[in-house]
Amino acid sequence: MKHIISPTDLTVSELNDLLNLSEEIIQNPKKFADVCKGKKLATLFYEPSTRTRLSFEAAMLNLGGNILGFSSADSSSASKGESVADTIRVITSYADICAIRHPKEGAPLVASHYSSIPVINAGDGGHNHPTQTFTDLLTIKNLKGRLNNLTVGFCGDLKFGRTVHSLINALARCENINLVLVSPEELRIPTYLREEVLEPNHIPYEETRKLETVLPKLDILYMTRVQRERFFNEEDYIRLKDTYILDEKKMAVAKKDMLVLHPLPRVNEIATEVDDDPRAVYFKQAEFGVYVRMALIMMLLEVK
Amino acid sequence: MLNIGVLNQGIVIDHIKAGGAMKIYDYLDLENKDCSVAIIKNAKSNKMGKKDIIKIEGTFEDLDLDILGALDHQITIDVIDNGQIIEKKNPKLPGHVNNVLKCKNPRCITSVEQGLTHAFKLTDRVNGIYRCIYCEQAFDRK
Repeated sequence: MKHIISPTDLTVSELNDLLNLSEEIIQNPKKFADVCKGKKLATLFYEPSTRTRLSFEAAMLNLGGNILGFSSADSSSASKGESVADTIRVITSYADICAIRHPKEGAPLVASHYSSIPVINAGDGGHNHPTQTFTDLLTIKNLKGRLNNLTVGFCGDLKFGRTVHSLINALARCENINLVLVSPEELRIPTYLREEVLEPNHIPYEETRKLETVLPKLDILYMTRVQRERFFNEEDYIRLKDTYILDEKKMAVAKKDMLVLHPLPRVNEIATEVDDDPRAVYFKQAEFGVYVRMALIMMLLEVK
Repeated sequence: MLNIGVLNQGIVIDHIKAGGAMKIYDYLDLENKDCSVAIIKNAKSNKMGKKDIIKIEGTFEDLDLDILGALDHQITIDVIDNGQIIEKKNPKLPGHVNNVLKCKNPRCITSVEQGLTHAFKLTDRVNGIYRCIYCEQAFDRK
């Protein structure tokens, strides 16, 4: 039995299998409509989410399975003080697989230590969000046709943005990746990512505050939201939240085949006028999230 | 340097980061051990500028001295017998340590859930960096 707590819990070979299966599902979703018949997915969401929870649920329903769970800590026994360890021990007798989102970092790992069913981390605070990373990788692979030889720009909150950290970790295993890290000084990527991921893997990277100057060389632009919930200080959030706004004018200098990804929800960082640009693929990316979660559920439940 | 006297039998824990002696003292539970202990704080050091030293009289066969490396990766240990240094030890950094270091990240699950093992893994042997297995934040020795 396997748990998915971090994106690197899948080997490169397993990741390829996952993405290949996802693409097979995209091609012929009906073929997989009953593969999880009789199986149940528990969604344990201790903090609000729209896309992740609904895409997990849609994924299981698309596979013919059933779903149960809660969508906030207030509507679970966590509000009575129950620990994650106790909750998961009970849930394992109700479901065949579970997805857990929790505001505290490491909660899904704790759950996996006490679980007899596969646990999928659906986001733990500012830490990891592996299924978002798999979604991002599927989007790039499907729309760009490759996961190597790419210049990938990350823009916005690179300090607290867990999707950024996870994707950088995953891309570090791909060949010939160049990274361009665009952020205000206060929201630069954590030192450990530079010292323990980028430098040991010899990933070329540059850090800048100016999006406009680096846009022309990017194959992928990964925009992120500055997340209010990650700040202890409201003043810092207000000062930094609108540092970068991608609009038509900026898009004009980008490559014609550059892709704009965003884990969503988007607030102000991408002007709505960009939505009609064919390079804006963030809604397509959200759709791919269902397919990759379908593939992951199948893989962890070992159904074909 | 302040002269504390010569140990006949015991250990000298040297090159402790200045200000860190009491953490070592607490971890070794020296308060409850029936032995003479000398703590020297802010001793001059050519290598470190200043350092702390702990001298402990007695035998310590049951002490896991390697764990001290997780608390402070620069420390050295001299084993003394008959007034002579018979062994110099550089603690090997253990790959994993449980319930020795405590995660200080307020966003970590260990900050709210009781009874979890505070578990750290060594991620950088050169710089002695340990990371919490739950949140992956590096242990801050300050």
